Amino acid sequence: MDRGNRPGWGFEMRFGTIGAGMALAVAMTAAAAEAAEISVTGYVEPELQVFTQSASGAEQRRWNTSVAAEVTYEAFWDNSNQWIVVNPFLRWDLRDGERTHVDMREAKYARVVDNWEFRIGLDKVFWGVTEAVHLVDIINQTDFVESIDGEEKLGQPMASVSSTWEIGTFTGYLLPYFRERTFASLSGRPAFDIPVDETQTKYESGAKRQHLDFALRYSNTFDIWDVGFSYFRGTNRNPVMIPGLDSGGRLVLIPFYAQTDRVSTDIQATSGAWLYKLEGFWQDQLDEQNLQATGGIEYTLFGIFDTPSDIGLVAEYVWDDRGANSQNPFANDVFLGLRWTPNDAASTAILAGTTVDLDTQAFGLSLEAERRFGEDYFVSLETRFFGNVPRSDPIFSNSDDDFIQLRIARHF
Amino acid sequence: MRIQDLPRGRVVAAVALAALILAPATVRAADSVSLPDDPTAKGLAIAEATDRSNQGFGDTKASMKMILENAYGETSERELRSMTLENPNTEEGDWTLNVFDKPRDVDGTALLTYAKILDPDDQWMYLPAVKRVKRISSVNKSGPFMGSEFAFEDFSSTEVGKYSYKWLRDEACPAPVADRTCHVTERYPEYEHSGYTRQVVWTDTTDYQPRRIQYFDRKDELLKTLTFDDYRLYLDKFWRAHDLFMENVVTGKSTRLTWQEYSFGNGLTENDFSTNALKRAR
Repeated sequence: MDRGNRPGWGFEMRFGTIGAGMALAVAMTAAAAEAAEISVTGYVEPELQVFTQSASGAEQRRWNTSVAAEVTYEAFWDNSNQWIVVNPFLRWDLRDGERTHVDMREAKYARVVDNWEFRIGLDKVFWGVTEAVHLVDIINQTDFVESIDGEEKLGQPMASVSSTWEIGTFTGYLLPYFRERTFASLSGRPAFDIPVDETQTKYESGAKRQHLDFALRYSNTFDIWDVGFSYFRGTNRNPVMIPGLDSGGRLVLIPFYAQTDRVSTDIQATSGAWLYKLEGFWQDQLDEQNLQATGGIEYTLFGIFDTPSDIGLVAEYVWDDRGANSQNPFANDVFLGLRWTPNDAASTAILAGTTVDLDTQAFGLSLEAERRFGEDYFVSLETRFFGNVPRSDPIFSNSDDDFIQLRIARHF
Repeated sequence: MRIQDLPRGRVVAAVALAALILAPATVRAADSVSLPDDPTAKGLAIAEATDRSNQGFGDTKASMKMILENAYGETSERELRSMTLENPNTEEGDWTLNVFDKPRDVDGTALLTYAKILDPDDQWMYLPAVKRVKRISSVNKSGPFMGSEFAFEDFSSTEVGKYSYKWLRDEACPAPVADRTCHVTERYPEYEHSGYTRQVVWTDTTDYQPRRIQYFDRKDELLKTLTFDDYRLYLDKFWRAHDLFMENVVTGKSTRLTWQEYSFGNGLTENDFSTNALKRAR
C-alpha cells in the first residue's frame, strides 16, 4: 500500500475552500469594519491509550499516546445577525500517521434576516434523536480515527438556507464536495485487521468527490412531539468495504461510496421524565431498497435517595431489514445505558453501556467517567471491551482492540 | 405549541414601548395597593402586586455570574448570558434562552425554556461539540442548577398561578433595608416535582419586590435562605436585583449570583427563541 501518493488534505479541500474562503474573506472584512464581538476559545488534550490484548498486527503496540487541540474563533456583529466561525482541529498521534490529522471542523459565514438563516462554508449539522446509533445523521462524514462510536465528524463544505414559520422550519442544503471517511493505518488501534487502501477508493458517480449532493429537512414541535423529516440525495457517507488487492498483491479493503436516495424521519415525545424516541430511513442504493430504524426510551430518576443525584436509563433497539449482513454491525441489536450524575460542582458523570447483537450474542461494553478539576481542566476516562464477536460480524476486526483511554483537557 | 409567531413578536415590542410611556402612572398605582383582610386573599394580592410591577417588560438581555462556595471556602465560577421574552399569553410563562460561557468545558452550551404555569416547562438543550439540539425532560425542578445552591425551580419565572399563598405578618425588612416594612407571606408550590413544601417570602411594601426567601424542604425543615440586594430601576418601572445570595443552612454551601449589563427593549422576537435560534445563540 503506497500512502505517499495520496493527495494532501489541502489539495482535496481545494474545491470546498474556494467558496468558503471567499465568503469568509468578505465576512472578515465586514466584521473588522463593524466592531464585532470576538471570542477565541479552545482546548489542548493529551491522551493515553492502553490496549489490554496483544496486538493482531505486527505494527500495532500495547499502548499509544496522542494530543488533540481545537480552537474556535467567533465574531458576531450586526446585532448578532451576522457571524463567522473558524474552528480548526488537530491531532498528533505517536503510532498512527492516519490518526495524525488536521481538519477544519467549521469555517463558515452565517447571516440571519428575520426568519431566514443563510450559511456558507465548512459546517457541521446533526439530525436525530437517539443515543446509541445515529441512523439519520448523514450530512457530515465520520472522523473514524477519532472514535469508532461515529460521534466525531469532519467539516462539510455546504451552503444552507433555513426558514422558520408557524408550520415549521424548512432547511435546504447544497453539498458541493465529498469528504472521505478517515481510517486507522496498520499501526493504529482500534483498526481493521485487513488494512484499508484509500488510494483505491472508488465512487459510483463519475464526478467522484465533486458530486453535488443536496438535502432537505423539515422540523417542528407539536406540544410534546419534536419531529423531523429529511430527504438526502447524493454520495452515501457510509462506504461499502470491498476486499481487493493493493499494488503489492496484498489483501486490502477498498472503500466504495455509492449514490443514495434517502428519506428519513426522527421523532421524540417528551412526557414527564420519559423520552420516547424513534428514527429511521428508507433508502435506494445500488438498485437495492433498505429500511433501517432505531428507537427506544430514556428515563431519568431525578434526585434519588433525597440527594441531588440523577440516574438516567437508556434502552434502544436497532434494526435493519436486511438482517445480519457484512455492511452493518447493527442489524438486530439492543443497547442499554445507565448514567449517574451527582450534579456536583465538578460536573461528575459516569456512563455505562452495553450493546448486544441478538443474532450472534456478540456484545460490547463501555464505561465512561468524567469530571472537572479546578476551573479549566476536564478529565475523561473511557473503556471499551468486546466479547463473543463472531468472524462474520463487521466489528470482529475491532474485537481484539479492547482499550482504556485517559484524556486530560486544558480549556482556555 | 407555536415556536414562531412574527406578528405577536411585534405586539410584544409595542407593549414594551407602551410600558415605557405609561411607566410613571403605573409606579403610582403600585404605591396604593389595597389589600384584603383574609390572609389567603391578602397573600395572593401581594403576589399579584409583585407580578404587576413586572408586567410589560417586553424583553431583557443580561449576563450572570455565579460564585459557588463550599463549606471549606473553596470557590468555583459560572458565567452565562440570558435573554428573556415576555409571553403576552398569561396562561403560560416567559421564554428564556441561556448560553453558558464558564466553566469553559461547557462554553457554548445553551438552554431554551418555554415556561408553563403548572405543567412542566418545554425545554431544549444545545450541545455545541456535536451541534445537537435535544429536547430534555423538565421535571427536574428540584435539581441543582450547574452544581450551585440554586435549584432549577428557584430560577423559573414566578408566575402567580404556580403557588397558593397565605399572608403571615408585616415586619421590618431584612438588612440592608431594615428601615422599611415587609409583608411576610408563605407560598405553597402547586406544580409537581417541587423540592419544597413551602417558601416564606419577605416582600418590600414600598416597591413590592422580594427581599428574602426561605425555602423549606420536603420534610418541612429550613433548607436555604435567599437574600436579594442591589436593586436597580430600569425604564422608571422595572426593578431588578443584581445580587442574589443563596445560603444552604444544612450543608454550609453558598452561591452568590450577580447580574450585569441588564438591557431592556432589545427588539427580541419569537425568532430569537426558536430551536433554530438555539443553535446560533451567543
